[in-house]
Amino acid sequence: MLKIQSLSVSYGSRQILHQVSLDVASGEILALIGPNGAGKSTLIRAASGVIHYAGHVRTNGYDFAALSPIQRAKYIATVPQAVALPPAFTVWETVILGRTPYLGFLGQVSEKDEETARQSLERVNALHLAERRVGELSGGEQQRVLLARALCQSTPILLLDEPTAHLDLQYQVSLLELVTDLAHRDNLAVLIALHDLNLAAHYADRIALMVAGSIKAMGKPKEVLRPELIAEAYCLPVQVIPHPFLDVPLVLPEAKG
Amino acid sequence: MCLRVYLFTSIMNRAYFFPFLLLFLALLLSLAIGSVFISPRELWNVLFGNGSETATSILWKIRLPRTVLIALTGAALGGSGATYQGLFRNPLADPFLIGIASGAGLGAVIAMSIEWPYSFWGLMAIPMAAFLAALLTVFIVYTLARVGQTIPTTNLILAGVAFSSFATSLTSFLMIRSTSEVRRALGWLLGGATQNNWTAILAMLPYLLVGLGILIFSGHALNLLQFGDDQAQQLGLNVSRAKRILLIASSLTTASAVAFSGIIGFVGLIVPHLIRLWFGPDYRRLLPLSVLGGATALLISDILARILIAPQEIPVGIITALAGAPFFLWVLRRSKNQGFW
Repeated sequence: MLKIQSLSVSYGSRQILHQVSLDVASGEILALIGPNGAGKSTLIRAASGVIHYAGHVRTNGYDFAALSPIQRAKYIATVPQAVALPPAFTVWETVILGRTPYLGFLGQVSEKDEETARQSLERVNALHLAERRVGELSGGEQQRVLLARALCQSTPILLLDEPTAHLDLQYQVSLLELVTDLAHRDNLAVLIALHDLNLAAHYADRIALMVAGSIKAMGKPKEVLRPELIAEAYCLPVQVIPHPFLDVPLVLPEAKG
Repeated sequence: MCLRVYLFTSIMNRAYFFPFLLLFLALLLSLAIGSVFISPRELWNVLFGNGSETATSILWKIRLPRTVLIALTGAALGGSGATYQGLFRNPLADPFLIGIASGAGLGAVIAMSIEWPYSFWGLMAIPMAAFLAALLTVFIVYTLARVGQTIPTTNLILAGVAFSSFATSLTSFLMIRSTSEVRRALGWLLGGATQNNWTAILAMLPYLLVGLGILIFSGHALNLLQFGDDQAQQLGLNVSRAKRILLIASSLTTASAVAFSGIIGFVGLIVPHLIRLWFGPDYRRLLPLSVLGGATALLISDILARILIAPQEIPVGIITALAGAPFFLWVLRRSKNQGFW
């Protein structure tokens, strides 16, 4: 499980995160929602250890601040926001980088590493892409490759920073189905920043609403996706209606007169 | 045991067969060709101690040291060029273009003008001075060119060119002020005529071995860095430490080449690019192949330098620049659409 305790981040004199605390249990998906600039990405980056923070990020008694990048990479894997990948690298060369924390002294890849990479690619239905260059892939395929690379790290915790941004609807859904399966079947603790409130409602076990660097509400989708909370956070009047046949709320912006 | 297995599998990898074959042929040609032609048969005889006296003397005193020095220099330039390109994530980062070679040259000249190295230890100090100057250059150019976390190509080249002209003019100034004997000896730096004797090789070897030894095994780290600092760190790389080690190792390697072979441009640019085109961007293969390819390319340039207007010799730096400048322009055009980088 992932335990974040009073985490604060400042860039210079500007404080981006204020004393954020949250827990993600193993087998659970916690979705971070909130308007642009609320600090979702900053929280993910701080938890993954790439920016300085005050407070604690822990798992099973380990404090990540005390661990080296290699040790940390054995506990936390991160799927970054859609980024420009070096286009000439093949999918295989990209995914095998997930084995970095387990490589030998001179960086040589063992058969076990290759087996793990193969299984990870299979898990995201991308084994057939192995020889392709990442520059030739569609956005959805690239995100699956990055997810495979994260799985390759064999970590109990998975962080995803808006993995569905810029994807077509069918790719958003298939990626989130996959992530749900990873949490519920493989028992990973998943913290995922999401843009789309309805996708968050559908796939997350719990939702944390962030506004201006703090958590305004946290709980089951029905408890957080309430019209007054969302309207205030996004400065936009909304209607929340029950899904016609699923037990999740649907958020709709209120049409202007 | 791990090291042996690694080296074995690397060398037996089919990708390495042709580069090794080419290097072998280039070495053979470099030993054979010159004012006196030495046939492969005679080479064989000399190697086993029963060649003619002239051939033996030419080979051991002139051809062999020159060939070895050129091959090591080429290997150093190829390896450090590939590393700088990966480190700066920039296709035009070449030790010559970004001013590191000129900086190292200035360091070497300062060391020489303080005391011309008649002694062995004086000779050993030249690459060290070149190394320190190279490190300082990297720091200055990097600081000048950096915008936030990235180094735009134009900034890198501009800072490199500006610092390079500064270092070169300082070098010329020092050379003009020095005594005529030293001036002649320093001619190497601009002309690229090599210091071919075994002592120079001995003085450069420790620096080169340490530098290249680290670089050859840094392929995985460089692969990680291609995905950006954040991802590299999230995947388990200690980014700042890795960058520091790579910068020191590649500057050590560049310095060892410049200290005794002068400033030879474009090898560090062309070779890694060609290797990348043929064998892909995986630095685990790209680095060792750039080392092999650098040695081969500089040997071939040196052979051309000897025969093009024989009996006169052309400085090898002129040959590499003649081939390299058009190539540079081609890469510059191509890197605009980022196709293969």
